Amino acid sequence: MMPRYALEQFFGGDHQPMVTHVPHCKHLDMKLVEAAPCAGTVSLPWQERLVGNPATGVVFGGVITTLLDHACGLAVTCSLEKLIAIATLDLRIDYLRAAVPGCELFARAECYKSTRNVAFVRGTAWDEDVDDPFATCLATFMLGAHSAGHGADRMKNEAEQSS
Amino acid sequence: MSAIDEVIAQIPYARFLEVREDNDEDGSLVVLPFRDEIVGNVNLPAVHGGVVGAFLELTALLQLMEQGLERVPRPINFNIDFLRSVGPRDTCGRAEIVKHGRRIANVRVLAWQEDPARPVAAGIGNFLL
Repeated sequence: MMPRYALEQFFGGDHQPMVTHVPHCKHLDMKLVEAAPCAGTVSLPWQERLVGNPATGVVFGGVITTLLDHACGLAVTCSLEKLIAIATLDLRIDYLRAAVPGCELFARAECYKSTRNVAFVRGTAWDEDVDDPFATCLATFMLGAHSAGHGADRMKNEAEQSS
Repeated sequence: MSAIDEVIAQIPYARFLEVREDNDEDGSLVVLPFRDEIVGNVNLPAVHGGVVGAFLELTALLQLMEQGLERVPRPINFNIDFLRSVGPRDTCGRAEIVKHGRRIANVRVLAWQEDPARPVAAGIGNFLL
């Protein structure tokens, strides 16, 4: 039987290329926590270079944008039955409080609805306590956005060739 | 050093993105130089959407900081519309303060690559002053 999801073989938390195949995520030292059906969780270690306010040591808001955007993209990717190109249409972030300086950051997103052309996603970011998030987001993604293929295509091919 | 460049020098993440101030016929703008480290999709290639969002937010923040605020404004929310794929070229951004209240400022940002009439992303957000 064919797997229901295109990347089902990489679900779980072990296959780091799910995140590191993206150059910017590798550059940020972003990690995969878990890939699951229609959901994704990623983490980011605290780094001095990502600070937005040197007086407080709080990470720049845009870094949280990147973390949440990536969790949302991962959730959509993990919802695909066929690996087609996706692109963020829009993303709205609410900053509920400042992230705790020095803390590792986490973001989890869930793709809760897909139509033929559009996927709808919501996400949450937290540091010390999953039940005390510092940011939430809503995003929509275009499915089959272009003909260049999904960025994870190469990762999947490499994994299949080496197995 | 301009006022914007001075603020950039104080923000570690702004230095991390290597943004700088520039000018065109309409005035000052912020530039995000392209480099391989900010790529999100290697197939196109295109800049990571998160970086585009962060750049818009940073451009908005720099516009506010240029007003001579005592402390760094805190974002309350930010909305990003991704209009076109952001290719392997430098990206320009310009912000406009829609409303500068006593506690809240509303700022709109537009980003483009070669042609300002063909924006690649648009952002709008509220900041706590």
